[in-house]
Amino acid sequence: MITMSKDTMQIVREQDVVPFRNRVRELAVKIGMSLVNQTKLITAASELVRNMLKYANGGKITLEIVNKNGQNGIRLIFADEGPGIENIPQAMQDGFSTGKSLGLGLPGTKRLVNEFDIKSVVGSGTTVTVTHWKNGR
Amino acid sequence: MNQSAQLLKKKKKTILENWIKNQLTEESLREDLISNDELRRQSEELLDKLTSALEKGNTEDIYNSDFEQVTDILSDISVTRARQGFSPREVTLYVLSLKQAVTDVMEKELRDKPEVLYKEILQFNKLIDSLSIHTFETYLRGREEVILRQTDEINEISTPVIRVWDGILALPIIGTLDSSRTQIVMENLLQEIVNTGSNIAILDISGVPAVDSLVAQHLIKTVSATRLMGAECIISGIRAEIAQTIVHLGIDLSNIKTKASLSSALQLAFSMLALEVKKKNANSFSGKVIR
Repeated sequence: MITMSKDTMQIVREQDVVPFRNRVRELAVKIGMSLVNQTKLITAASELVRNMLKYANGGKITLEIVNKNGQNGIRLIFADEGPGIENIPQAMQDGFSTGKSLGLGLPGTKRLVNEFDIKSVVGSGTTVTVTHWKNGR
Repeated sequence: MNQSAQLLKKKKKTILENWIKNQLTEESLREDLISNDELRRQSEELLDKLTSALEKGNTEDIYNSDFEQVTDILSDISVTRARQGFSPREVTLYVLSLKQAVTDVMEKELRDKPEVLYKEILQFNKLIDSLSIHTFETYLRGREEVILRQTDEINEISTPVIRVWDGILALPIIGTLDSSRTQIVMENLLQEIVNTGSNIAILDISGVPAVDSLVAQHLIKTVSATRLMGAECIISGIRAEIAQTIVHLGIDLSNIKTKASLSSALQLAFSMLALEVKKKNANSFSGKVIR
């Protein structure tokens, strides 16, 4: 996978969500992603950024345009320094939430994007990396 | 630095005159926004407080309590000016022009002691620089307050509840649906249901860019609250891409009535109220009758 462009954004409050989402949309439009895939990616990004704000009071997001075998895609890396996730398999279950949400954020996001990776160390933070390809495959 | 304090005290009048002259000659002075008297009063007060702060021997730390009064006045000035619509340049120049006025006096007074002059000017420069940074910071804060207030106003006005028919309300939601917004939407909607005695509410989300689980949760809550009031809620404006996303996310909206467009939601509402819309006769297209 080759990284073609890279950009970072700091997220510290709820007002940062909309500009971030617009930035993701811009990138998705730039590589010519279809509307359905754009919406999937933006929704996934929106879920993750909300998680980051809710559980870790914000963090840093790296936005990249990547290329693999001639196909363009967008990779988003959400890194926070929050409390971390104790039990990742549990957090990835539908309907599980330590907050009072629907508990669909993480499992739903995984279903929305092509590649999903989560790493977490309790006490030092969580990093979620998602990649979505232009044609959604 | 006490030398500067003494100087400031001794030459207060000259400095003040110079400072005000500097401000007046500065092209950026907005006589439309602030009167001469006001400017003079502000400047004199600031100079007095600055002198008394300097007399205490503190020249470095403007966040020390000695400087509290100075920074208070400056904050006050810059916040007011931010609201009045001064540009950042104008606000910062207000403090920076004091630098010129004071150094001019210092130069005259300490002409025969270049070493002292150099040291004093350096110190005074540093002080004014931190004060101008402080001014700029508070100026920005003032501006941010304006923005926040506008955000609140947008939230207030952007959620109208429309009575589309007797007993049918429509609520077009445009933009992101976050917690505070949902609260406003819900309040407006429920209040309007009471006021109009409506049975059906249509929530149109055509203008919501992304429906994630939080937005969905807010929608579900709004629908439940509407039902508790005895009204039925229809969500319209679910676009194709939104529908796919909702399915992938795994959000269950199956026990909520949803429609792709506002018009089909209205149609559903009509049939729920046993109303019928039809053309008067084949030849005239304008007259629509509801029975």
